[in-house]
Amino acid sequence: MLIDKNMLSEATLKKIDREVAKYPADQKQSAVMAALIFAQDEKGWLANETISLVAKYLDMPEMAVYEVASFYNMYDMQPVGKYKLTVCTNLPCALSGGVHAAEYLKGKLGIDFNETTPDGKFTLKEGECMGACGDAPVMLVNNKHMRCFMAPEEIDRLLEECK
Amino acid sequence: MALLQAINPLLSAGWQRDGHEWRLENDSGWRLKDYEARGGYQSLKKILAAKMSPDDVIAEVKKSVLRGRGGAGFPTGLKWSFMPKGSPEKYIVCNTDEGEPGTFKDRDIQRFDPHAVIEGMIIAAHAVGAARGYNYIHGEIYELYQRFEEALDEARAAGYIGQNILGSGLSFELFAHQGWGAYICGEETGLLESIEGKKGQPRYKPPFPANVGLYGKPTTINNTETFASIPYILRDGGDAFLNLGKPNNGGTKLFSVSGHVNRPGNFEVPMGTPFPKLLEMAGGMRGGRKLKAVIPGGSSAPVLPADIIMDCTLDYDSIAKAGSMFGSGAVIVMDETVCMVQALERLSWFYYEESCGQCTPCREGTGWLHKVIQRIEHGHGRPEDLDLLNDVSNNIMGRTICALGDAAALPVLSFTKHFKSEFEYHIEHKKCLVPREIQKAGSIFHTRLMAGATC
Amino acid sequence: MLEFELDGKAMQVPDGTLVIEAAHQAGIYIPHFCYHKKLSIAANCRMCLVQVEKAPKPMPACATPVTNGMKVFTHSDLAVKAQKNVMEFLLINHPLDCPICDQGGECQLQDLAVGYGSSGSRYQEKKRVVSDKDLGPLVSTDMTRCINCTRCIRFTQEIAGLMELGQAFRGDRAEVMPFIEKTVDSELSGNIIDLCPVGALTSKPFRFSARTWELARRKSVSPHDGLGSNLIVQTQHNRVMRVLPLENEQINECWLSDKERFSYEGLNSQGDNGRLTKPMVKQGGQWQEVDWNVALDYAAHALRDVAKNHGAASIGALVSPHATLEEMALSAKLMRGIGSENIDFRLRQSDFSTDGKRQGAPWLGMKVAEISALDRVLVVGSFLRKDHPLIAQRLRQTAKKGTQVSLIHAADDDLLLKLFAKAIAAPSQLPTLLAEVVKAVAELKGAATDPALAKVEAGDTAKKIATSLVSGSNVGILLGNFAQQHPQAATLNALTQQLAGLLGAKFGFLGEAANSVGGYVAAAVPFAAGMNAAAMLATPRKVYLLLGAEPELDCADGALALAAMKQASSVIMLSPFKSQAALDYADVLLPVAPFSETSGTFVNTEGRVQSFYAVTKPSGEARPAWKVLRVLGNLLELDGFGYESSEQVRDEVLGGKPEFVSGLNNSLAGVAIELAAAAGVERIADVPIHFADALARRAPALQATADAVAPTARMSAAMLTKLGVTAGEQVKVGSGGMKCPEAGTAILVAKLDSGVPDSCVRIAAAHAATAGLGAMFATVTVERA
Ligand SMILES: Cc1cc2nc3c(=O)[nH]c(=O)nc-3n(C[C@H](O)[C@H](O)[C@H](O)COP(=O)(O)O)c2cc1C
Ligand code: SF4
Ligand code: FES
Repeated sequence: MLIDKNMLSEATLKKIDREVAKYPADQKQSAVMAALIFAQDEKGWLANETISLVAKYLDMPEMAVYEVASFYNMYDMQPVGKYKLTVCTNLPCALSGGVHAAEYLKGKLGIDFNETTPDGKFTLKEGECMGACGDAPVMLVNNKHMRCFMAPEEIDRLLEECK
Repeated sequence: MALLQAINPLLSAGWQRDGHEWRLENDSGWRLKDYEARGGYQSLKKILAAKMSPDDVIAEVKKSVLRGRGGAGFPTGLKWSFMPKGSPEKYIVCNTDEGEPGTFKDRDIQRFDPHAVIEGMIIAAHAVGAARGYNYIHGEIYELYQRFEEALDEARAAGYIGQNILGSGLSFELFAHQGWGAYICGEETGLLESIEGKKGQPRYKPPFPANVGLYGKPTTINNTETFASIPYILRDGGDAFLNLGKPNNGGTKLFSVSGHVNRPGNFEVPMGTPFPKLLEMAGGMRGGRKLKAVIPGGSSAPVLPADIIMDCTLDYDSIAKAGSMFGSGAVIVMDETVCMVQALERLSWFYYEESCGQCTPCREGTGWLHKVIQRIEHGHGRPEDLDLLNDVSNNIMGRTICALGDAAALPVLSFTKHFKSEFEYHIEHKKCLVPREIQKAGSIFHTRLMAGATC
Repeated sequence: MLEFELDGKAMQVPDGTLVIEAAHQAGIYIPHFCYHKKLSIAANCRMCLVQVEKAPKPMPACATPVTNGMKVFTHSDLAVKAQKNVMEFLLINHPLDCPICDQGGECQLQDLAVGYGSSGSRYQEKKRVVSDKDLGPLVSTDMTRCINCTRCIRFTQEIAGLMELGQAFRGDRAEVMPFIEKTVDSELSGNIIDLCPVGALTSKPFRFSARTWELARRKSVSPHDGLGSNLIVQTQHNRVMRVLPLENEQINECWLSDKERFSYEGLNSQGDNGRLTKPMVKQGGQWQEVDWNVALDYAAHALRDVAKNHGAASIGALVSPHATLEEMALSAKLMRGIGSENIDFRLRQSDFSTDGKRQGAPWLGMKVAEISALDRVLVVGSFLRKDHPLIAQRLRQTAKKGTQVSLIHAADDDLLLKLFAKAIAAPSQLPTLLAEVVKAVAELKGAATDPALAKVEAGDTAKKIATSLVSGSNVGILLGNFAQQHPQAATLNALTQQLAGLLGAKFGFLGEAANSVGGYVAAAVPFAAGMNAAAMLATPRKVYLLLGAEPELDCADGALALAAMKQASSVIMLSPFKSQAALDYADVLLPVAPFSETSGTFVNTEGRVQSFYAVTKPSGEARPAWKVLRVLGNLLELDGFGYESSEQVRDEVLGGKPEFVSGLNNSLAGVAIELAAAAGVERIADVPIHFADALARRAPALQATADAVAPTARMSAAMLTKLGVTAGEQVKVGSGGMKCPEAGTAILVAKLDSGVPDSCVRIAAAHAATAGLGAMFATVTVERA
């Protein structure tokens, strides 16, 4: 797919418009988090150019958008693999195999946290509490899809599904 | 099939899931028709039909002694009564940014009962005179954000939200706002900043949100579970709700039990239930091992050793008396295989990671704490480190803009207090008191007991 | 009023006072970093923690309002312990490089650390390192030293109006930075240097040049725009090393524009375009450095001979509006002494039809501080942000508090302030736009209008502006530089007078230069029979006396001015600077002292008299111009040149040293309103902030800023299309040729600027690249180069 660095797609802009409509007319900026999520979905990650595009669209100073993009964990300011797997290693998860699941993944993929497999398919991240500690180990696939009880067999299944 | 075991189920009464696979697709019962079938939106209709005044609604909530389920336990009715009367633009905000390690109850509420939150928010909007509301949803549960949006569509189509609700003249618009990975947005003013499209850096208080909140307008902000409890209070009456629990601790409450139990999950029990009862409902200690310690109120609450917690009942007063905090009702259970230094290292890493970076003691102190704990864990500890940890913690406590500073300090103070000898052992012998293999065996992946009441 | 107790003493303060403010009033110092009286409260550094009776925790004094009966202890054990603990946190990751830090000696962290820090650090880990950022030519960074107080960020957002800096990332990874690869381009950027309490942001031009405690501090007054900002000039070894604001709430508050802060570099400029340090005379086409008496004799002869042979009227004097009151007064006295009325300082003005019709000297029409109290403002013809950065800042603050500010202008630049309404049109249309507003206001008020406006019909924007103005209770109308330079300046003035009359509003002029008011007071303007600045160039004189002026850059028509200089038999130039142009056309160069090397007086735009002393000795053989003029007067045997001090000159002009001059009046009598239409492509000429005067033009750091980029031909998309040009291509611009046969052409890069009205092209003036184009206000031809 050809990625145009200089614009956001119509579909993305439409989604942003829908978010803008949720807030009072003079509070367009409120949609910036959603806009960045959509922009990240479209471009794969948030390059500076993309941040500028969002800033322009929402009439915000670029730095204000950059602040937001760099403050929240789930924005990717660097390119990531096709599948970004984020594993929770916080205490509650760690008590029920969270760390082991991460170790298992590292071994399987041959990468450490914050690395991407050479084929560009997987990026591994260490996550913060996902609010699902009862289902440990928990992991997120591309930010938006949560997988629970990630025992080794489940992890194998997940990797299998990630085509 | 009930998902959870519950005593006097109120919130969780209608929760169900089809099939064994843990997949959202297997949930049922969350849709509008299901909620209505179990009496949903009756409270709202009742209020509107009876033209119950905002003051009367607030009085009922006050009577219930519902205390905020987000962690601070502030009486909800009282909070609502702080909202200025008559100012034209006011907001209702729901805090579903559940990210405190150990807490996962709001996720299940959003999952199985989004309409209870919506109904609770509409009633709250009526009570405080707000025409607009937002539900801020934790970034990591995007699928439930989408579900909530669907539920909103249903509620809109049914006329529960929008202009002139059910012909009552009341209008209320409600929207969902998606978070994207910042624990600090659970702090109410950080959350408001985040809705405003900024970094989630908490505001200095006062002024409180009831005076200067979202977009500078009066705002009431409550936890998801708090809102979800409202329809039941209005349905059964404040007194009935209060009587479910105990004085000063109204109602039932969801407890998120995680860690070394056989059946981690959410359990709804009346306030004041003895802790051992909850432990039993969660299937007891995993592998029959011995209970070592419990963090009773989410990771920010001070840890309690086994003997103390086993004597507690689950309510604000009992837990406070034992030297900890009831918090959000997140119970992290640790057995004898846990190295307390390592456990604290995990926690302090979290607060270091999640400090918003705004105020000096928290920005600089959380990193310092983590570095010292980490060096103890890695066998580089020094004899003076325990004093240092205490000092640094105390120097953060009470000196910061928001309570994250305290939240980072309390675990350190309590771990080093109750398990001092374990830290000392670590410093002296440069290794864990609990052998590595035992730790590892204790925290290896746990095959959840799918059978029984929890699935 | 609230009553409370501070450190055991009873105090009364107004409602809403913060504890830190109350302490300040009481002379009690509470340590702080993030708090700044002009910025919003952040309460993030936690350095100001104090004990409040009954409060369980120490409270930040900067964010805690005083309440009745409160008892505050700023130095109790609890307070001091809290402050010390915060200091420890601040220092754990702060480099201990004070000996090499430029902030050394004026670092709040260093000062406080001495009192609050402990000697050894308990922090044994590796310190955090933060990468430095490129903020441009003015501000240097050492971000590892940053303590994240966010003052600089709040400044860019709140005072400068655009969030050019932010705090990215979170926790201890938080970093103050501009958006990647952007510099801080605000014309107020230097203030963040003052605001930074540590050595993270320092002055790039000043960097490493001196230790601050070795510098002498002297008061002075800014020689640039009409505001007259108060300065602290820091010197060492008879050289100006740095300029800082001297706080004056009535004028510049605690700020300076970058021009005011960094132009001092020009004082030390060298080379063919740098300081003139020796008297020089051109003989047989050759320049020779000569003694003062030789040069003065030469000049006196030239003046006397021409006066004798051709009449004194063949001599003209052009005085820089940045000259001191004393210099202007003596120039005028000299000219009149030899019998010529040809003197003017209004070099960029093109419409002089108001001469003889003014009721007094034109001025701001109000005090500078009163601008902040206006609730409705109309700005007419002003590149406000760049021409008057600190007045723009004042309006920015009032606009935030609800003042409705509207603009009538020829360029839609982003003023970084919330405008209520704006009407943007070609220069020739400004009088009509203003007339529309007059008409609309008259209609709303049910008042009659000037018959000259009979045909005017108010458009929607004019009506909107009118509605705003009519609803105000404290209305001000401000005419900017552009309006004053406009060929129909008289009409604009007269219309404004009518508008103000209808509204009961104040109105006035935003003074272009340090002595725009002083020039009138010093009578450096032609009376009855004399020639004004334009006339002296249009009908060339035999001899020109130049005081601080560089006609080719400072006059309304650079090409015309240059031609006039070239044809003169003698050009006597008193200037602190050399220039290629002057070396070419002048025959006597007399090195005079810039503002920093002479005593003198500027009368600012509100009529405030501000005298100052020299902060250094003159460079080389330069002499204060008032002394040079005194000697010239004596050589010419004129009466009344026996002054012993510049103060004597001032006192003679002002009758002492009043706080404000008298005789200020913006009204005109008997000016007819003319609403003309223009045909053709109109030039919009701005005077870019760092091109505006001889000193700024010679400051290297200023010349490296984004504000000093070479002039381009800016135009709308429609205009580009019409010309068949794409942005980035070169165009050839020719003068319309109507006014000045001397005007040539310029090859410029075409640039898209949606703020330029169609059928206009914006080309900056006051730059060598465009000086040849001729008049600032003229029609031009534009074609592909
Ligand atoms: C660091 C921090 C994190 C918090 N996280 C949450 C959270 O995830 N969910 C929540 O409801 N409240 C959270 N709170 C508490 C909120 O600030 C606020 O008290 C609560 O949402 C109020 O609702 P309630 O009165 O219904 O409990 C947090 C507070 C702090 C200081
Ligand atoms: S305590 Fe920590 S999280 Fe809270 S405002 Fe301060 S720096 Fe931010
Ligand atoms: S000056 Fe008060 S917190 Fe910084």
